Amino acid sequence: MTRRLFDFHGGVNLTQYKKFSTSKPVMPARLPKKLILPLQQNIGEPAEPLVSIGDKVHKGQIIAKPSGSVSVPVHATSSGTVIDIGLHSVAQASGIKAPCIIIETDGLDQERRKGRRFIDYKDLSPVELRKKLLYAGIVGMGGAGFPSFIKLDPKEKEVATLILNGAECEPYITCDDMLMREQAVEIIEGLIIMRYMLNAKQCIVGIENKKKTALASIKQAVANAGVDYIEVVEVPTVYPAGGEKQLIQVLTGKEVPSQGLPLDIGIVCQNVGTAYAVCRAIEHGEPLISRYVTVAGSVAKTRNLEVRIGTPISDIIEECGGNRRTLSRVIIGGPMMGFAIHDDQAPVIKTTNCILVNSVVSDVPLPSRDKLAMPCIRCGACAQACPVDLLPQQLYWYARSKEFDKIQDYNLFDCIECGCCDYVCPSHIPLVHYYRYAKSEIWMQEREKQLSDLSRQRHEFRLARLERDKQERAARHKKKRAKVEKDTGTDDKKAAIEAAMARVRDKQKHSQGAPKNINNLTAEQQREIDEVEARRAKRNELSKKIKTPNSDDSKTQ
Amino acid sequence: MISALLALFLLALISGLILGFAAIRFKVKGDPLVDKIDAILPQTQCGQCTFPGCRPYAEAIAKGEADINQCPPGGETTIIALADLLGKDAKPLNPDNGEEKPKRVAIIDEDICIGCTLCIQACPVDAILGAAKLMHTVIEAECTGCDLCVPPCPVECIDMVELPTTTETWKWDFPQPLPENVTQLHKAAHTDQANQQSTNPSITKDNEKSA
Repeated sequence: MTRRLFDFHGGVNLTQYKKFSTSKPVMPARLPKKLILPLQQNIGEPAEPLVSIGDKVHKGQIIAKPSGSVSVPVHATSSGTVIDIGLHSVAQASGIKAPCIIIETDGLDQERRKGRRFIDYKDLSPVELRKKLLYAGIVGMGGAGFPSFIKLDPKEKEVATLILNGAECEPYITCDDMLMREQAVEIIEGLIIMRYMLNAKQCIVGIENKKKTALASIKQAVANAGVDYIEVVEVPTVYPAGGEKQLIQVLTGKEVPSQGLPLDIGIVCQNVGTAYAVCRAIEHGEPLISRYVTVAGSVAKTRNLEVRIGTPISDIIEECGGNRRTLSRVIIGGPMMGFAIHDDQAPVIKTTNCILVNSVVSDVPLPSRDKLAMPCIRCGACAQACPVDLLPQQLYWYARSKEFDKIQDYNLFDCIECGCCDYVCPSHIPLVHYYRYAKSEIWMQEREKQLSDLSRQRHEFRLARLERDKQERAARHKKKRAKVEKDTGTDDKKAAIEAAMARVRDKQKHSQGAPKNINNLTAEQQREIDEVEARRAKRNELSKKIKTPNSDDSKTQ
Repeated sequence: MISALLALFLLALISGLILGFAAIRFKVKGDPLVDKIDAILPQTQCGQCTFPGCRPYAEAIAKGEADINQCPPGGETTIIALADLLGKDAKPLNPDNGEEKPKRVAIIDEDICIGCTLCIQACPVDAILGAAKLMHTVIEAECTGCDLCVPPCPVECIDMVELPTTTETWKWDFPQPLPENVTQLHKAAHTDQANQQSTNPSITKDNEKSA
C-alpha cells in the first residue's frame, strides 16, 4: 500500500551536490588539542558552569548544569583539563563572543564507566526517560536545537503521528543521509523509544526519494525491528521538503496552524539525528557529545565526519584538506539557510550539520548572495516560491519601510527563512536578510517595550511618592502650626510674648544713634582720635595741593 | 404646515435628548489618545523633548502643541509609530532636541562617590540606590539612560556607558540600502550611455523613479 502524498505550496528544485560527501564512509574526526564548549548551544537559557579553571574532567562529565526550564547541561566531550571559562567566538551569525568552557584535551579520552549496561526503555516510565534525555543533553539535531525532553512531552495531548524527518533537503548537506545509511538500526530503535514516550499511534519516516541507499537501509531496519506501526515513505525531492511543517504537510496533508506547534494537530516531528542520539542516551547511557558533520566546498576531501562537540571548525577544515589561508568564507549549514561565521576558531555545536568552505579560488554557487540588489519589479516569483504561502514581496516592502506592525499582519513570524524567495528573485534582493532584520528588530522592540513599561511604572510610582511626601509634610506643618496656635492661645503666654516684644522695642529705641564703639570714650582715646583726624585732614590738604597742576607751592613743599 | 413644524421640532428635541444623555452616560474619562501616545514613548523621562517627562509630552502631542519628532531616545521607530497612530507623515528627528544614540546606562565610579544623594533625587525612575554619606550605585536593569543624574553630581563620578552587545541583544543589520546600489548602477549605466549612446532613456527614467 502506498500512502497518498500531498504537496506544499511553492518550493524550488535545487542542484543537490551531494554525491561527493556520500561517497566515503563516515570517520571519527581527530581529537583536537582544545575543545570549546559554549554554555548555550540551543534555544533557551544558557547552562551554568559546574567546573572551575584547572579542574580535570573526563569524557561525558557534566560540566555545566541546566539553569532554566528550557535548558540542557553541557558535557565534556573528551578528557582533559579546564583551561579557561570565558568569552570565545562561537558559530553564530552575529560574530559576538559567548561564554564557553575551554578544555585542553589529554589525548586519553577517558570515561568514567560505572558498570554501564544496556537499559531497556520499557523498564522506565516516559517521565524517567525524559529526565534521562535532559541529563544526556539531547536537543533537536535538525535545526534550532530545541531540547528534546520538552518536545517529547505530549502534555496530555494525543499524538496521532510521530514523524521522523530524513528529508535533508538543502544542497551539500548529507550528514542525515550518512547517518541513515550507517546507523539505521539505532535510528529505528530511537524512533521506537520516542513513540513509547509520546504514546503515538503511528510513525512515519519521511525520506527524500533520491536517497536510495538510506531508504534501503532504513526499510531493512524497520523490517528487522518487527513492529507494525512504522511506515517508511519516499517524499519528492523539492526544497524545502525537509522543513518540519512542509514534511508534515507532504505526509499528512495537515497544515500546522500559524505560529502554532505540530503538537496542536497531534503530530510530533523529530530529526533522524535526534532519534539516534535518543537511542544512544537511553540504551547505552551516552550523552550527546558528538555528531555527524558534512564538510563540503573547497576542501580536498569532501566527506562526513563524526565530530566531537566543541571541536574548532578550523581543525576540521584542515583535516579535510582545506587551505585556511585561501578561505574566503565559511558557512555553517547549507547554502540556502546557512550563515557565514566570522572566525573559524568557533566550535562545532550540537546543531552544526554542515561546514561549507569557500575559498577565494573557487566559491560555491550561492543563490542571490553578494549580487547587486536591483529594484523590485513586482514579478511575484517570490510569492509563487514561498512554501509557507506568505507574500514575500509585501513583507519586503514593510521591512524596508520599517512598518513592523503591518509586517506582522502579513505573518512575518511564520516565515521559516528557507531562502526560496531569495533564490528565485530576479532582482537578487536579499529578502531573507530583510525578514531576519525585521524579526530581530521586533524582538528588540518587545524587550524595549517591557523595559519602558517598567520605567513608566517606576516613574509613576516616584511621582506618586513625591506627591504623598509633599502632602504628608504639609499635613505635619499644619498640625504643628495648629498646636502652636493652640498653645499661644492662653493669656499668660500672650502676656509673656507681649512683654518680650516690648523689651525688644525698648532696646531698639535706646540703641539708635551713633555707633556703639565710640560711645563713652576715655579722654585719652578721644585725644588719640583727634590727633588721627588732624593728621588725616592735613594729608588731604597736601594731596589736594599736589594734584593742583599750576601751583608753584606744591613743588617747593 | 404647523403639524410639520411640530413634527420636526419633536424630532429635534428627541434627538437632542438622546445625544445629551449619551454625552453624559458614555463619557470617556481622561484622554485615551494620551495613553496611546504615552505607550509608544520610550519612558526615559529624560526631558529632551522640552517637556518634563514622557506623559507631559504625550499630552502636548495630543493637544497639538508639540510635534512628533522631538523624542531622541525613541528615535525613528517612535516617530514612525506616532505617525502611524496619529495619521501624520513621519519626519526626521528634530536636531534641536538631540540625536538618536544607542542606549546607555549610568555607572557610578564608587571610589569617587561622596554620597551626596543629588543623583538619587534626579533619577526619574528611582534606579539609583544609596543613602546620605554612603556610596551610591545604579540598578543597571532599571536605568533608562536619561542622563539626568550626570549634571547634579558634584564630583563627576557618573559615566554614561553603552552596554556591550550580547548574543541576546544582537540584531541583524538593515540590508544594504537599495537606492545606493541603484545609484552606483546608474553611474555605470550613464558612463556606458555616454560611451555607447545607445541606451534606451525610458528605462533609466523608470529606474530613477523607483529608486
